[in-house]
Amino acid sequence: MTIDIKKSAKNLLTDNAVSRRGFVKGAAVATGAAIGSGAITGFPTIWAQNIKNVTLRQFGTGVSNINAIGDKVKEDLGFTLQMTALDSDAVAQRAVTQPNSFDIADIEYWICKKVFPAGTMQPMDTTKLKNYKYISKLFIDGKLTPDSEIAQGTAPHTVGFVEGKDSVDFASEPTQWMTLIPTIYNADTLGIRPDLIDRPIDSWADLLDPAFKGKASILNIPSIGIMDAAMVCEAMGKVTYGDKGNMTKDEIDKTIAIMIDAKNEGQFRAFWKSFDESVNLMASGEVVIQSMWSPAVAAVRSKGIACKYQPLKEGYRAWGGGIGLAKHLSGLELEAAYEYIDWYLSGWVGAYLNRQGYYSAAPETAKKFMSEDEWGFWMEGEAAEGDILSPEGKVMEKAGAVRDGGSYEERMGSVACWNSVMDENKHMIRKWNEFIAA
Amino acid sequence: MASDTSKRSSYFLITPMAAIFAVFLVIPLVTIVIVSFWDYDEYRILPDFILENYSYLLGSSVTWSIYLNTLKYAALTWLFTLLIGFTVAYFLAFHVRSLTWQIVLFMVCTIPFWTSNIIRMISWIPFLGRNGLLNSALINLGIVDQPLEFLLFSDFAVVLADVHLYALFMVVPIFNSMMRIDRSLIEAARDAGASGFETLKSVIVPLSKPGIAIGSIFVITVVMGDFITVRLMSGGQSASVGLQISNEIGLLQYPAAAASAVVLLITVLLIVTALLRLVDIRKEL
Repeated sequence: MTIDIKKSAKNLLTDNAVSRRGFVKGAAVATGAAIGSGAITGFPTIWAQNIKNVTLRQFGTGVSNINAIGDKVKEDLGFTLQMTALDSDAVAQRAVTQPNSFDIADIEYWICKKVFPAGTMQPMDTTKLKNYKYISKLFIDGKLTPDSEIAQGTAPHTVGFVEGKDSVDFASEPTQWMTLIPTIYNADTLGIRPDLIDRPIDSWADLLDPAFKGKASILNIPSIGIMDAAMVCEAMGKVTYGDKGNMTKDEIDKTIAIMIDAKNEGQFRAFWKSFDESVNLMASGEVVIQSMWSPAVAAVRSKGIACKYQPLKEGYRAWGGGIGLAKHLSGLELEAAYEYIDWYLSGWVGAYLNRQGYYSAAPETAKKFMSEDEWGFWMEGEAAEGDILSPEGKVMEKAGAVRDGGSYEERMGSVACWNSVMDENKHMIRKWNEFIAA
Repeated sequence: MASDTSKRSSYFLITPMAAIFAVFLVIPLVTIVIVSFWDYDEYRILPDFILENYSYLLGSSVTWSIYLNTLKYAALTWLFTLLIGFTVAYFLAFHVRSLTWQIVLFMVCTIPFWTSNIIRMISWIPFLGRNGLLNSALINLGIVDQPLEFLLFSDFAVVLADVHLYALFMVVPIFNSMMRIDRSLIEAARDAGASGFETLKSVIVPLSKPGIAIGSIFVITVVMGDFITVRLMSGGQSASVGLQISNEIGLLQYPAAAASAVVLLITVLLIVTALLRLVDIRKEL
């Protein structure tokens, strides 16, 4: 994700406070958390005195860097959470080079793969987290359901655990030491204008269908764009990949060659780099099929224009982020950080994220904070009985609407590839630049 | 003694300017040159002395096509801004007789500059789009049946926006040069039997050359280094040198970006030197 999506998420969130229902439920949890904190630390009185002085500095890429969360932390837990939003490259660089400038890092899993080995973060002791058991299996062993297949790329569970407290080696099995607690994740696919396309779309290969000549777009962020390109080439049957998340030079060259051909044929109308650009291209009808992010689809729809987040038979390209602890944290601050992370999993945030169309790491706890209708619409793929509201109370979907792609299991269960960073990253970026310059 | 004092005071007087140049120009430039020889990986830049940044840059066909593309934009923008700028300046300087009206009309030329250039650029997008104002008008008038696709997200759109943005940079210096032309020279030309075109060719154009040269330097250097116009108006489908540098910075490849910047700087300096060879600006200032 880039910074643009964050900005839009922030704008959406700043103007309005929590709904009354959310507030009442939140207050109930606040009480629960207060009791819980005693159980964890063992010295509740001192805790209650000192905790207000703690300030945790969180920085990250996240769509999850949401002001409402900071406010809620203050209300529920008493301490201050400072949030800084940066783009993913800057986050990665800062996590490695300025380890004392943050307490909590909110990073994507593919960044974690590069950053954690640098030794500037410490793993979390899962036995200290009451809500650990509610975390989706996707992040524990990579299998949402016992029979789902593990996707390619940097699947979160592959970098989710380390061997021990001081280890920086990723464990192949779940251990007691977790690198990141998942915060927010989703499955991305192609967005289409169903009113301007008169046939069913069911494959990534449709992006390069000559029928959409001059009306297609792909995102121009190399590390994500190359994955979408690979999904397309694989679906066309032109390239076979060992691992789309870690391509060989040869695979990269072949993929880019196909994309350059398509570009020279005039397949693409434009390339987009920011969230707003993708919304405008789609809303203005310049483009009828393109790579898109879920909130961008919602933004097009909110203008009253038909836009569908089309599920495809090859599956989704997924991304996910999580929060982890800085190496230097200790004592009261470390306890506060654990408290915060446990709170994160306890449901309020999860419900908030679910209502934005993302997914919460601990769906079961989020359920308690959502109405039955909301849960049915966002998580179970059922038709909405009433209007579906965003966290700040704006109507997102009218009664009767069904979420594109269906339920949580259907969407997250058919992930083909996770965002990742390749060993041949430098080569990939050079080839991608050739594609743009072609 | 006297010359010593004057020497010292001269040094004293140039110190502030020299200091400003040193801090804001020389030091950053030297830094860029040094960093361009460093190595890098995903998240760090590593002090080193390698030529790989340059050898890749100069050896890659991408670089050459990007430079060709950038030069194409610069040349086209220069040509059109020159034609427009010269015509507007000529009209203001020689056809508008009263000084008041000259000033009023000159101010009119600057009105578009009251809004940010990003806004001026972006406003072309809904105008030129597939369902934009222009295409709707052309279709409604029955001039075309299909929307004209080349209007937006194309080289045409890039050059159009560049010309729109930078034409004033050409108008101002040319107008300034023309206003300094002694009117009696034009009368003399007429008395000597020169036609209007001959006067233009033999008197006005040669005497406007410094203005043309200054305007050209403005326009060419700005277009050579531009990235946002190219990105927005080509819909991200074309590359320019500036865009390449911006991408490299976004990916934290600072040494590669520095090498690109050094090569771009040298290219632009060569162009400017060539222009100064053609016209002695100092003589006229």
